[in-house]
Amino acid sequence: MNSTLEKQKDHAAIDESIILRQEVSGFAAIIRTQPFWVFLALVALAIVMTFVSDAFMTERNIFNITRNMAFFGIMALGMSAVICTAGIDLSVGSLVGLSGIATGLIMRAGYGIEVGFLGCMLVAAAVGLVNGALVAYLKMPPFVVTLGMLSIVVSLARVVSNNQMIWNFGPDQDLYEWIGGGSILSIPNVVWILVILTAIFWWVWRYSTWGRWVIAIGGNAQAAKLAGIPVEGMLVSVYVVCSLCAGLSAFLFVGYTGSVTNAMGFAWELTVIAATVIGGSNLMGGIVYALGAPIGAALIELIRNSLILAGIPALWQQFFVGLFLILAVLLEQVRSRKGG
Amino acid sequence: MGLLQLKNITKSFGAIHALQGVDLEISLGEAVGLMGDNGAGKSTLMKIIAGNYPPTSGSIEIEGRKVEFAQPIDARETGIEIVYQDLALCDNLTAAANVFLGRERRKKIGPFSMLDYPSMYQKAGELFAELKSETRPRDLVRQMSGGQRQAVAIARTRLSDPKLVLMDEPTAAISVRQVKEVLALIHRLKETGHAVILVSHRMPDVFEVCDRVAVLRRGIKVADKHIKETSPEEVTGLIIGAIEAA
Repeated sequence: MNSTLEKQKDHAAIDESIILRQEVSGFAAIIRTQPFWVFLALVALAIVMTFVSDAFMTERNIFNITRNMAFFGIMALGMSAVICTAGIDLSVGSLVGLSGIATGLIMRAGYGIEVGFLGCMLVAAAVGLVNGALVAYLKMPPFVVTLGMLSIVVSLARVVSNNQMIWNFGPDQDLYEWIGGGSILSIPNVVWILVILTAIFWWVWRYSTWGRWVIAIGGNAQAAKLAGIPVEGMLVSVYVVCSLCAGLSAFLFVGYTGSVTNAMGFAWELTVIAATVIGGSNLMGGIVYALGAPIGAALIELIRNSLILAGIPALWQQFFVGLFLILAVLLEQVRSRKGG
Repeated sequence: MGLLQLKNITKSFGAIHALQGVDLEISLGEAVGLMGDNGAGKSTLMKIIAGNYPPTSGSIEIEGRKVEFAQPIDARETGIEIVYQDLALCDNLTAAANVFLGRERRKKIGPFSMLDYPSMYQKAGELFAELKSETRPRDLVRQMSGGQRQAVAIARTRLSDPKLVLMDEPTAAISVRQVKEVLALIHRLKETGHAVILVSHRMPDVFEVCDRVAVLRRGIKVADKHIKETSPEEVTGLIIGAIEAA
């Protein structure tokens, strides 16, 4: 083993350009990632805000920021998977509406929270299954498929809800509102769920075959296919995962607000995609960071919160979200041009 | 007995007859150079052997048994490994990840099965050392030179112990030093009893490592001779059609 190592070194010595490229590991690898730099921006913004507003670094405000971002963060985790395959899912926002309505209708009819949750996730899985099947087996462009699905799902939500608000969630109403709006150890439940999900996704991307294959498909789907990876089935599963994340977020959000209308989740897909891209996902596919999703979502929520506290009209909010989105992509390009 | 036997292989794409009744046989420990001009049918023949698509007519036999490949993975399972011309690598993954793509090693921890990084890095390192390549298992393929990428694609075929290795222009895009290494590898494959089919435009490479050379022209095999019985001049003549057949 030693002699082979030496031989390798011997050969490396011949080719100088190879020597210059060191293997990176540990901290050096972390600072090369997009989420790290976005995290720094996040910290910088937070530090500035502590000077701008006394209300910023209060327990109440941090509680609100983390809770608000969690709904988008959960969805961004799923979106990261889709974007990693060079796809996109525009239907997640309207799916929040439909699966939320489904939960409301089931629980209002007197069923328990387990049934409500199951129904919510089944609706989400069905939408993801259709998206994924059309993209994977019929080779349709994800943008068009999910744009169509967005429209279909919005309409379905209006039909099944009869365009009415639901605020009565049957026997488990109190439990449901605690799950969505309550907290454990003064950290919102939804934030706990986001943390656990992020940890799971981190493990999946790093250590599971499924994660490895999704990343491979994003890098070179043709090569993945030749290597025997069931590309079509994998793509379907990716869209289902994304939809399930949206369904979970919807379930929690309904519990938090204590009511649901079919307009819930309207245009959320834009925020979720922005959070995912700010967190380091590349629309060309092949790149995914579990930590990117919550960090991207946190930055967007922090911008919103900062504008309010700084007394800047909320009308400016989308402007700054857009600005940060473009800056994040620019940063990513600059880094990759440097030979990242 | 022959390892691989192609009998009367024909492949048509609509009105285009890419292959017309090609026979080819190869035994273990033998290397065959497959030569021909662009459009002669080399790639089509390779893709049929590799299971990318079925022949229009004709049969493929491996060790005397007739086989039909629905997809590349079927060919791989019968012991045929391919180094594609474009290498079919995922740029965003490490060298080791590419070597093990679709065949990842896993270890069990409780109920969870997870990727076994140390084992895959070690095995990939051994394969690269065997190839005398300075490729490092943890490096991203995106950052690699042409020769290193080639080494990754070749190392992948060594993961299982294939009977037949198809190489599509493996020496077309790499440095002189690495050409020597690839040729040395082909020699090593032969010595260890593997069969190799080498598609190449480089006459010196074919004459250095191959036992036989088969020449395709316009979908027809016009020659199949032992290296010792032919010359680069004759093969060139056969490729361009100056010599009708030999």
